[in-house]
Amino acid sequence: MNAEKQYIDLFAECRTMIDGHSVLALNARRDEAFHAFQEIGFPSKKVERYKYTDVSALFLPDYGLNINRLDIPVNPYDAFRCDVPNLSTSLYFVVNDRFYDKVLPKVSLPQGVVVTSFQKAAEVYPHLLEKYYGQLADAKTDAINALNTMLAQDGLFIYVPKGVVVERPLQIVNILRADVDLMVNRRVLIVLEESAQMKCLFCDHSIDDVNFMATQVCEVFVGENAHLELYELEETHVKTHRVANMYVRQSAYSTTTMDSITLHNGYTRNQTDVMLDGEGCETNMYGCVIADKQQHVENNTLIDHRVSHCISNECYKYVLDGSSIGAFAGRVLVREGAQKTVSQETNANLCATRSARMYTQPMLEIYADDVKCSHGSTVGQINDAALFYMRQRGIPEEEARLLLKFAFVSDVIASIPMDALRDRLHYLVEKRFRGELSKCEGCKLCK
Amino acid sequence: MSQKNSFVREVADKKYEYGFSTEVETEIIEKGLSEEVIRLISHKKGEPEWLLDFRLEAYRYWLTMEEPSWGHLKMPKIDYQNISYYADPTRTKTEKGKGEIDPELMKTFDKLGIPLEERLALSGTAVDAVMDSVSVKTTFREKLQEKGIIFCSISEAVREYPELVKEYLGSVVPYRDNFFAALNSAVFSDGSFAYIPKGVRCPMELSTYFRINARGTGQFERTLLVCDDDAYVSYLEGCTAPMRDENQLHAAIVEIVVKENAEVKYSTVQNWYPGDSEGKGGVLNLVTKRGHLRGANSKLSWTQVETGSAITWKYPSCILSGDGSQAEFYSVAVTNHYQQADTGTKMIHIGKNTKSTIISKGISAGKSQNSYRGLVKVAHTADGARNYSSCDSLLLGSACGAHTFPYMDIHNESAVVEHEATTSKISEDQLFYCNQRGIPTEDAIGLIVNGYAKDVLNKLPMEFAVEAQKLLGVSLEGTIG
Repeated sequence: MNAEKQYIDLFAECRTMIDGHSVLALNARRDEAFHAFQEIGFPSKKVERYKYTDVSALFLPDYGLNINRLDIPVNPYDAFRCDVPNLSTSLYFVVNDRFYDKVLPKVSLPQGVVVTSFQKAAEVYPHLLEKYYGQLADAKTDAINALNTMLAQDGLFIYVPKGVVVERPLQIVNILRADVDLMVNRRVLIVLEESAQMKCLFCDHSIDDVNFMATQVCEVFVGENAHLELYELEETHVKTHRVANMYVRQSAYSTTTMDSITLHNGYTRNQTDVMLDGEGCETNMYGCVIADKQQHVENNTLIDHRVSHCISNECYKYVLDGSSIGAFAGRVLVREGAQKTVSQETNANLCATRSARMYTQPMLEIYADDVKCSHGSTVGQINDAALFYMRQRGIPEEEARLLLKFAFVSDVIASIPMDALRDRLHYLVEKRFRGELSKCEGCKLCK
Repeated sequence: MSQKNSFVREVADKKYEYGFSTEVETEIIEKGLSEEVIRLISHKKGEPEWLLDFRLEAYRYWLTMEEPSWGHLKMPKIDYQNISYYADPTRTKTEKGKGEIDPELMKTFDKLGIPLEERLALSGTAVDAVMDSVSVKTTFREKLQEKGIIFCSISEAVREYPELVKEYLGSVVPYRDNFFAALNSAVFSDGSFAYIPKGVRCPMELSTYFRINARGTGQFERTLLVCDDDAYVSYLEGCTAPMRDENQLHAAIVEIVVKENAEVKYSTVQNWYPGDSEGKGGVLNLVTKRGHLRGANSKLSWTQVETGSAITWKYPSCILSGDGSQAEFYSVAVTNHYQQADTGTKMIHIGKNTKSTIISKGISAGKSQNSYRGLVKVAHTADGARNYSSCDSLLLGSACGAHTFPYMDIHNESAVVEHEATTSKISEDQLFYCNQRGIPTEDAIGLIVNGYAKDVLNKLPMEFAVEAQKLLGVSLEGTIG
């Protein structure tokens, strides 16, 4: 049986049910996505962008879907504590693919700022939802977008109006919770109007020992002169498969900083497309992957310089142990007329064992002449001389290795401007290298 | 402004130096491709049965394949039935002239600066001259024979050294390798064959000169180079074609076998007709080149200067299976007007402590597209593998494109692989500095570009380096505006 069939059948059968538990803005786009999905199907490894991840194999097993939107019987505020507790954040939960709004944090957001579910947004701000939903994630060309658009019933909507600065970072904890193998289709829409500012941290956790398949499509609009910091921290388990597509459109003079940190996972594919649509934009993308066992992590990025005078920086670091597989494909596209572009891309990788594999593909595609673009990429192992130096000074080999690995990824972590988060990540990464599981520290669910 | 324009016009008039065609009696078979045509080619060349079988097998496999489209190229549709697969300019009508070279042909090669008469060959280079589908003449054969070196056209090799050819033909590039390799295996015409026996250091540079002359034909040459234990050879390849307003297909295969402690240097100066300034015509250069470093401590070095062809799509590659083997790839690719290039290399590390270096310099001007695409693969057996790649692109003009697509697949923890790439235009500071010292902008550009390509040009044998340097100048003139 091919992987697409079960989803096509499911959609055809349960269409009314899916629509019934969703909202108009989402329902309106399902048909188009369904037709596209039927036509293109899951990409094979022959498709250049998907060559490192066999997506159709991921979707082949039979997962359950919560189409009827049955209630989740836990209150995550009582039961779960995320790994980044010391940070003073406005904490929200998304349980599976549903925004948890039964209990909300007792924080007051600045006037006009919206953090809510699509269900709620459709009632209160239907024009916003309609204006922005599905504008960036093209369902016609990408099967993951198509599938997500077909099946997503709810989502998280964040809106910051013009000129508003959200001082306190938002923290969104995505929890995967189920008793049977489950597929979730998350959808996120973030809109920052002109001169708005926001910091946002997404934490991914899966707390049940079943197979999870999570697709996530995130659309981000950064208005003129706006400033966004977006951090993603994945700490799930080996049975979690995550296929996430993020689309960012930046208007003139806006700045975004994106960090993607994968500490624990099963099979992850993060695709991030940034479109620089106005002059004077700046994009910083950082990534850090620590993988072992059979873990698989792919980061696939595209920075599309459409206009002149934009700056982009990209730095991804991988540390691979065990039989893990890492892949990085970073494409920087400088279109005709995007003069004075400055772009830098770095990908450095550390393979610690023989069976670990790394694929890297830093690409530059340039159609303008007055640009400064460079990329560099390395694959190597721990420097013997450095190791020797440390052992000579009485540091045990294991400790020395750990220190060196830690130092290797530290520049990605050091790039995070939020102090508390940075310190916490230092701690988490160190713990990760020591092989300790940290995710159970404050959580009552999986005990 | 007007001065600039007049310069551009001047250069536009200058165009492609080797674009003349030779009026020579050429026997061309009917256009089209079928088993009959392959049998006919094989018959004309007087080939043994096994080679015909090889061709037919390749042809049948080719029929099952689809033309690839993954290159960063806009390829015109190739009508494989509208090409003549065999053109023989040495065949005169009367029996009388048989065995002698048509004086017109001699003149052609003289004009191209290729010395076919040995007394003229002061350069000390043995040349195999191939026009269309046939090798016209191989010089210095006897002298090389004294040392046991075999250097002749591949058709002769098939007749005279069938065992050697049988052993190595298709062993590095099997016909199943890719679409154009299958096509070439089915219809290949002439090319060079060289065998350097054990312990022999080839005393002179071997060289092949390829020329497409006849209209409506393609060239499908096949080169096979075998360098036995402890031997050394330096091999040069040059190519030109007349100006035609149609696209001519050139789908060649080069196979190189390098054994223990042997060393091969392979240099190419590719100057096929690039098409006119409107992008009309030009040669489609779709070539499979690969070297297999079979022995321990063997060495192979590819050096290429690519200035011609409407489309260049090739990746001279190395399979490093011998322990301690070393491979190098040096490339300068220049594209102007509507030229397109998607070129680079593949380094496949299999043996222990293997080492590879990639230096690629792309220069794009006009409305051209220039891509570097390269693969570095380290197999899990390749302990201690080391690779360094550096690809730089230079952009001259706002309508051209420069792209880099490096792939790295690393399956071994002890490998060290580095890649770096930069893309920029000629620095204003450098130009200003030259201008300030009285060097006109055009000359300054030439100077800077030559300096930029120096790393690669330095690797070329002397006489080629001079030619390449000149070519760089010609290809880029008039691009600054």
